[in-house]
Amino acid sequence: MPNHTVADILRGLEAKTFSSEEITQQYLDAIGAHDPRYNSYITVTADAALAQARAADQARQNGSGGLLCGVPIAHKDIFCTEGVRTSCASKMLDNFIAPYNATIVTKLTQTGTVTLGKTNMDEFAMGSSNETSFYGAVRNPWNTDCVPGGSSGGSAAAIAAGLAPAATGTDTGGSIRQPAALCGLTGLKPTYGRVSRYGMIAFASSLDQAGPMAKTAEDNALLLQAMAGFDPLDSTSMQQAVPDYVGGLNKDLKGLKIGVPKEYFSEGLDPAIGAAVETALDEYRRLGAEIKAISLPHTHLAVPCYYIIAPAEASANLSRFDGVRYGYRCENPKDLDDLYTRTRAEGFGAEVKRRILIGTYALSSGFYDAYYRKAQQIRRLIKQDFDEAFKEVDIIAGPTTPNPAFALGEKVSDPLTMYLEDIYTIAVNLAGLPAISLPVGLTQGKPIGLQLIGRDFDEASLLAAAHQYQQRSDWHRQVAPGSV
Amino acid sequence: MEWEVVIGLEVHVQLNTKTKIFSGSSTAFGAEPNTQASAVDLALPGTLPVLNEQALKKAILFGLAIDADICMASVFDRKNYFYPDLPKGYQTTQMDFPIVGPGIVTISLSDGSSRDIRVHHAHLEEDAGKSLHEDYHGMTGIDLNRAGTPLIEIVSEPDMRSAEEAVAYLRKIHSIVTYLDISDGDLSQGSLRCDANVSVRPKGQAEYGTRAEIKNINSFRFVERAIKVEVQRQIELIEDGGKVKQETRLYDSDKNETRAMRSKEEANDYRYFPCPDLLPVVIEQSLVDQLKTTMPELPDAKRQRFEQAYGLSSYDAALLTTERAIANYFEAAADAAGDAKLAANWVNGELSAALNRDSLGIANSPVSADQLGGLIQRIVDNSISGKIAKQVFEALWNGEGDSADAIIDSKGLKQVSDTGALGAMVDDVLAANPDQVEQFRGADEGKRKKMLGFFVGQIMKASKGQANPGVINKILNEKLGG
Amino acid sequence: MSLDQNEISKLARLARISIADSDTAELSQRIGDILDMVDVMQAVDTSNVVAMANPHDAVQRLRADEVSDTNQREHFQAIAPQTEDGLYLVPQVIE
Repeated sequence: MPNHTVADILRGLEAKTFSSEEITQQYLDAIGAHDPRYNSYITVTADAALAQARAADQARQNGSGGLLCGVPIAHKDIFCTEGVRTSCASKMLDNFIAPYNATIVTKLTQTGTVTLGKTNMDEFAMGSSNETSFYGAVRNPWNTDCVPGGSSGGSAAAIAAGLAPAATGTDTGGSIRQPAALCGLTGLKPTYGRVSRYGMIAFASSLDQAGPMAKTAEDNALLLQAMAGFDPLDSTSMQQAVPDYVGGLNKDLKGLKIGVPKEYFSEGLDPAIGAAVETALDEYRRLGAEIKAISLPHTHLAVPCYYIIAPAEASANLSRFDGVRYGYRCENPKDLDDLYTRTRAEGFGAEVKRRILIGTYALSSGFYDAYYRKAQQIRRLIKQDFDEAFKEVDIIAGPTTPNPAFALGEKVSDPLTMYLEDIYTIAVNLAGLPAISLPVGLTQGKPIGLQLIGRDFDEASLLAAAHQYQQRSDWHRQVAPGSV
Repeated sequence: MEWEVVIGLEVHVQLNTKTKIFSGSSTAFGAEPNTQASAVDLALPGTLPVLNEQALKKAILFGLAIDADICMASVFDRKNYFYPDLPKGYQTTQMDFPIVGPGIVTISLSDGSSRDIRVHHAHLEEDAGKSLHEDYHGMTGIDLNRAGTPLIEIVSEPDMRSAEEAVAYLRKIHSIVTYLDISDGDLSQGSLRCDANVSVRPKGQAEYGTRAEIKNINSFRFVERAIKVEVQRQIELIEDGGKVKQETRLYDSDKNETRAMRSKEEANDYRYFPCPDLLPVVIEQSLVDQLKTTMPELPDAKRQRFEQAYGLSSYDAALLTTERAIANYFEAAADAAGDAKLAANWVNGELSAALNRDSLGIANSPVSADQLGGLIQRIVDNSISGKIAKQVFEALWNGEGDSADAIIDSKGLKQVSDTGALGAMVDDVLAANPDQVEQFRGADEGKRKKMLGFFVGQIMKASKGQANPGVINKILNEKLGG
Repeated sequence: MSLDQNEISKLARLARISIADSDTAELSQRIGDILDMVDVMQAVDTSNVVAMANPHDAVQRLRADEVSDTNQREHFQAIAPQTEDGLYLVPQVIE
């Protein structure tokens, strides 16, 4: 059972090698037995999962099953799931039973997925190590002394440990790609507006995007197929046709122009990662791609720009958590002010509070122009860098992270070094582009990720490029030592 | 010292859309608490706003009505503050790029003059919920049915110089939005609410004085009273050597005074920024053009037409056009009567007084426009005098007959114009007042005119008001002049 | 750069988060570090750059004015901290 891909499971279900109920039960058993080591799940929905699995088996028998009929997956605990606690890994929402489903949860369920449970994450998706969770840190199955990355660390660890074949994640500054890289997985951040944000608890509205995480590009294609598409409930959702991602996986890479930005190989990059990326690029040459050196001159401004825009948006997005209509309320508030200030002081963790205060500062009177407006202008310069580059190349390639998985506790006390974890991933969110991370090596027993960045709404090219690399390599088939 | 009053108004108008500005829940008034508060209205985590097309169109219509520039790419911003009736912790509003740019609202004053009041801009925003302060064990109850109701906030320049002007402006805004049918204009349900920025300065001084903002005034009468009492407070304060504080105040209609709001004491910093959940609202010129074709005749145009086509005074025309329903009533009555000036006098006079007395709107008037027109017709053709007409009107009002004619008949109120019958009456009166006849004959032309009134009055009295005054005059002149 | 105690209290007040005095110094340092880190933006000439609020140059879509939400009060208030007679209750609001 371990290390099934989604495609493996679909084949097994099709061939009646196992039923959805059987495979779901196996995952639930594995979670029960092994997750205490990783802490990758916040909530396991065993009964509902088995019911869904039985319904899926029935549907498959009737021939009415959807694309992913009977495939067990996990959802990051940032997506509202009706009747199930949706905590965002925060004490603030520890008691929040969502009264409705996020659009992507509905869409995936409609294609037949079975929800195993809700995965751990950094609180309100604010973090790069999954250490800010109210429910405790998650451990990396490749090395349990190390972090799995964040904020979708629970989803990444669950897949790497064999506790789910695939999971949903969200990516505001690298929160799908960085944990995918650190856990040896393939994870895709779609173009901003490709996947609905309705029902996904907002961190930074203009940057947040939901996407799939799995072992292979093919599995990513399968999940994205179900997740992508216009949603009338989300004003920022784009009316773009959704192509056949699985059907496009073998699109010839001959003549594909891959740009390699020199800024992504600067100081601070672990040499072993640089070397692994170079080796992967050689493989792309052999696949017929043309590799070109390019420049993204405003790269060094991405992290500063992000750490104004994201906290500013978050400071307003998180104002709704006030102890009035749902979620945590402090004990015996003596007056309205006390209700607000104590509920929020007690309900939010340190990193969340820090970011709310920074965002409040950046938007406050007298500082708005110097911080928020400035960051929005820099954001355009960063976007223009990519626009220029995509006149020359089809895909941009580089490392996903500057270093492999780091030790638990190593950076948590120093937010600034933690923020630099996302140095290669953040610009993509600012520009709204799609990007994928795929495993291309190991260093000291820890995975290395290659990031491929595409043009707006061209997820298909990224999936094809990742898939064909995976046809010639087996890094994605490597099994974490801690895997079941 | 002579003081000049300076007033600017911020008027909040609830748009009469079926659903809220950013969600699909109903805006109907009077529902059970929180039964019209959807996931979006409650700001449940993960929910997102989508703009209501009608709210946008209605805001554009208002802009067109005040001859303002329509912003072809307006932007929604978040205004951040905490309040229990504001579920998201921010209000979605428009700051830098409001949908409606500068425009003009012309007000008519009771002395017949008119003034242009500049509108700085008008923007779209969402209403907040309601806090119910009845005691729930020392707690406040929150009803979010109103949260997310679309509003336009119309911000004037500080162009008004008296409470009367402020009321005239507010009434004009009310006329415009009800003419356009973009709001029900029901003040009692809070469909139109007003904040007044009030300051005073010595007459002739160029700089404005420090202003106080009076929040949430919701009737025409209270606007006038609140401003007057606040002006008085400021003048007395300054004359006693004090200084006006820039602050938010509430008007207490029971005590007829304003007082500082405790909750607003704290200086706020709203940290406006563009709402990332909404995109720029880009309007095609074709939409503006199309909306223009749907514009009804507005109060100003109607007033001008009434002046020109019916020869009405501008004051009468202004009064008749404050409400679309009144204007329609007038036109129907004038048509039926065949005399527009008389119809105007009756609508603005007798009818309006009766409606006020019985607290009725024009839509519920017991006397229809046709009935009033029929009554006026009888004045025009001399069947009844103006005085009798008032009796007939009262009878119509009280439902004593279906038409003026029916009442005139049944009560025998028809005017006597028969020269034979009136001649006899004149003879009787002259015979009964020989001294006055003597005096009259000895008087000069000027005095005679005055004295004629005495005889007419006596004859009207004798005829119980039914004698035709024109005919009496003629007979009197003949008989006395001889 | 670090923020002084007053500035931290002002931010905490705006954000309605109470902060223990013992935490102020560390918070001030952390926020100061981040402000130092973002300071590099100030060196960039952006005088001719239009601010970018959203990744796509897309425009707002409009929703038809039709009622699509029905009463779900019981459902929504099942997760509320305190309600009575269909109202959400909060400590007394003073105007």
